[in-house]
Amino acid sequence: MSYIAKPKVSWDGQPKNELGLTLADYEGGLSTLCAGCGHDSITAALVRAFWELSLKPEQVIKLSGIGCSSKTPAYFLSGAHGFNSVHGRMPSVATGAQAARRDLIAVGISGDGDSLSIGMGQFAHAIRRNLNLLYIIENNGVYGLTKGQFSASADPGSKAKKGMENKNQAIDPVAVAITLGGSFAARSFSGDKRQLVPLIKAGLKHPGCAVIDVISPCVTFNDHEGSTKSYAYTRSHLHAAVEADYVATRPEIAVDYAEGEATDVTLHDGAMIRLKKLAGDYDPSNRARAQEYLEAARARQEIVTGLLYIDTNMPSFHQIAGTAETPLTRFSHEQLNPGAAALEELQKGLR
Amino acid sequence: MNDCHHPAPSAATSTRINNFVLKVATVNGTGSASANGLLLKALFRMGIPVTGKNLFPSNIQGLPTWYEIRASREGYNARVARVDVMVAMNAQTYAKDLAEVGNGGYLIYDSTWPRETQLKRDDVTLLGIPLARMVNEHFEGARIRTLMKNIAYVGALCALMDIDLDIVRGLLEDTFAAKPKLVEPNFKAVCLGHDFARDNFDCPLPARAEKMDGTRGKILIEGNAAAALGCLYAGATVGAWYPITPSTSLMDAFEGYCRQYRRDPDTGENRYCIIQAEDELAAAGMVLGAGWAGARAFTPTSGPGISLMSEFIGFGYYTEIPAVFFDVQRVGPSTGMPTRTQQCDLMSAAYASHGDTRHPVLLPADPRECFEMAVSAFDLAERLQTPVFVLSDLDIGMNDWMVDELSWDDNYRPDRGKVLDDEALAGIGKFHRYLDSDGDGIPYRTLPGSSPSGSYFVRGSGHNQYGGYTEDATEYRQVVDRLKLKWETARSLVPAAIERKASSRTDIGVIAFGSSHGAVIEALDNLHAEGIELDYLRLRAIPFGAEVDQFIRQHRLVFILEQNRDAQMRGLLLLELGVDPDRLISILHYDGLPVPSDRIVDTIAEHIPQQVTA
Repeated sequence: MSYIAKPKVSWDGQPKNELGLTLADYEGGLSTLCAGCGHDSITAALVRAFWELSLKPEQVIKLSGIGCSSKTPAYFLSGAHGFNSVHGRMPSVATGAQAARRDLIAVGISGDGDSLSIGMGQFAHAIRRNLNLLYIIENNGVYGLTKGQFSASADPGSKAKKGMENKNQAIDPVAVAITLGGSFAARSFSGDKRQLVPLIKAGLKHPGCAVIDVISPCVTFNDHEGSTKSYAYTRSHLHAAVEADYVATRPEIAVDYAEGEATDVTLHDGAMIRLKKLAGDYDPSNRARAQEYLEAARARQEIVTGLLYIDTNMPSFHQIAGTAETPLTRFSHEQLNPGAAALEELQKGLR
Repeated sequence: MNDCHHPAPSAATSTRINNFVLKVATVNGTGSASANGLLLKALFRMGIPVTGKNLFPSNIQGLPTWYEIRASREGYNARVARVDVMVAMNAQTYAKDLAEVGNGGYLIYDSTWPRETQLKRDDVTLLGIPLARMVNEHFEGARIRTLMKNIAYVGALCALMDIDLDIVRGLLEDTFAAKPKLVEPNFKAVCLGHDFARDNFDCPLPARAEKMDGTRGKILIEGNAAAALGCLYAGATVGAWYPITPSTSLMDAFEGYCRQYRRDPDTGENRYCIIQAEDELAAAGMVLGAGWAGARAFTPTSGPGISLMSEFIGFGYYTEIPAVFFDVQRVGPSTGMPTRTQQCDLMSAAYASHGDTRHPVLLPADPRECFEMAVSAFDLAERLQTPVFVLSDLDIGMNDWMVDELSWDDNYRPDRGKVLDDEALAGIGKFHRYLDSDGDGIPYRTLPGSSPSGSYFVRGSGHNQYGGYTEDATEYRQVVDRLKLKWETARSLVPAAIERKASSRTDIGVIAFGSSHGAVIEALDNLHAEGIELDYLRLRAIPFGAEVDQFIRQHRLVFILEQNRDAQMRGLLLLELGVDPDRLISILHYDGLPVPSDRIVDTIAEHIPQQVTA
């Protein structure tokens, strides 16, 4: 993907995180996406989330498939290794990388074409395995790089730039994630950084597969009248059900909470994901209720956002596989190789 | 009762001591595999060189299946299209099975139910044994009776073919070491069959076993198990796969070995991660992800899987990620015949994926080489930073082969190739992922988690030697030309072809590879007896080393034996070496069964007189 080296500007008094790094230390190359693209706002939210969590860039691996969304890992964390794979296959690469290096934080960036059409199978199976992965879908309902075809997330009745109407049903990644037994399903809007940054932080800390569907309007091909993924439509149909934030045990990150009921979900390391219900009747720990709520909202043409389902106790990929705590690449040859004597012993059974 | 009339032994049958083919026809899902394994191992423990070939259906239960045991005092291991003793336990295939028995051979059948219109052949002796009746009289329960009926024919063969009963008992004791209660009933079934045959027939038959010293230092093993051991010993930690015949037993074996050798004795933690993928596309992606992250990773598959994995294989080639692909070949095209063997994926492996792509391919000839080449494949994949194939086939992968014991050198250390750690990174100026600093076409790589100065972006899109995105003509060419240079480097790193010179000077040669090797050796011996001499070159890898080019140029005529219809290896030799096509004569065998040596002898003998007199 094309990118232009971004000059790192630093000045005294820039805010620094626990590691002494500034926001600029979490940036990548200059974006070559269209001016106003929702994806760039998501990139900015990611940069802020990494910075606020004081993660070392080299602790992270960033992976993607193919498409506009999948270009974005070049635009953040230039100090992290990145992997721009083939179309729809990011999850499998992330799975292999996680198998080898469970100590690294895997961030997968995908799009609606990448995950809901060509990559639907791998998307489903990453969820099913509860792979330790933050899985962001930058969802704009359209194929941008090939100039404006509908994607599988386009709503029925939604109009293309050239006027054709989409007649197929839309695939909602959040509903899919919940149905498949996902442990973390959230939705947000690229234009709502206040909601998105805390969600990303919660997703990064979630012990399993954290799916965040981010409505991210395509300014070139899907921001017109008649589109249900435009800035205007999304803003006017948003309905936040639950807010979430990651709360480290110490020191607590100040979050600007509005009035409302807050619940804490404690993670294994003692940190917490703090949930704040905005819709009084919403329960993000109840899968059946979450599905019902999403379905009702869809009928009302509301885009429900927030952390819509979470279960931090579901066994993760590594727990299921029984993989050693030590990353597999750290074992020495001696620790992996049974040796000549064992081979001789084993062959006694082959005579 | 059964009359046991032996036709007068011919010259051929008199040489059948430790030189016979025993074939058992049964119905799959009846537990005959353990009975047949017992027979094979009993002969092996008598010191007789043996091979066992399973001709099975793509089915779980109820269809015909055959097991062929060849005993060869000379140690030949190819399949022979001849049967000396047939155990016809399947009424469905009885006529076909009888027709397959050679002149002067024997057929054993279950005579529990009298057959009014019993098919007969004058030149074959039929031996009826009331197996079902005997077993029903002595055992209870349908399942146990079915199993014991199989064990009973083993017993009958012990008497008929002079197979040592003590050895059979010893084998039962080994097999049921964990469940010793099962030894007695099994041995009782052996004795039922044995005693009936001893009392009713003129034992032993001319085709029979005699203790010899031909298996010292040998083992019996399947190629897939041996390849799995190679993965274990090479230090592979990540295996991703999608089940497909005939490669499935490779991952099953790997998992078994890992449980035994890779589990932390204190914590029970696994020092490995095996992932059953959702399909072959994902399996390939997982292997590349793990290889990128620094683990030794592999996937076992077969032809249809290679088709699906091709997208990622090309990606791995262009982005230079180590990965090992085991292709246990089966019969294509399409679903083909999943339980039959061929060497038909040469082209699709060597050039897998769109665009200009080339991949090293290793060609093991037997299970021992599956073990050795598995280890080499991981070393080569990391040294060359590219996907490497190990191409075996169903015959090697799923059949029992007698090979020299596997050996291991504890001084072995994995070749991790050109990897820069943080210390090395600090010592160099700026890190550029695809720069050819050494002139061998192989760049340096860093691993995820390295210091930020070593970070780079893997991309299947056009990239320059610094790892950056490019659409620039010169920058693009620089990278793909270097990849070609790397291919040249690979030529001297892969296992070289092995030449077997004829006992006298000849300008005629034969080239073969993989599971055809045993048949070639036997054919060369037979041709030698007829006064025809050929030099033999066994290919062990692609790209071809200089020795292959030399061999072809040094011979006026070169036969190329391969188990596919389209002469894929011949095509590869022409493409890669640009040799004269007129010199290369194909011997093609592609019916799904392992190639027998007479197929080679006949074709060569047909050509040679013409060529010699021409």
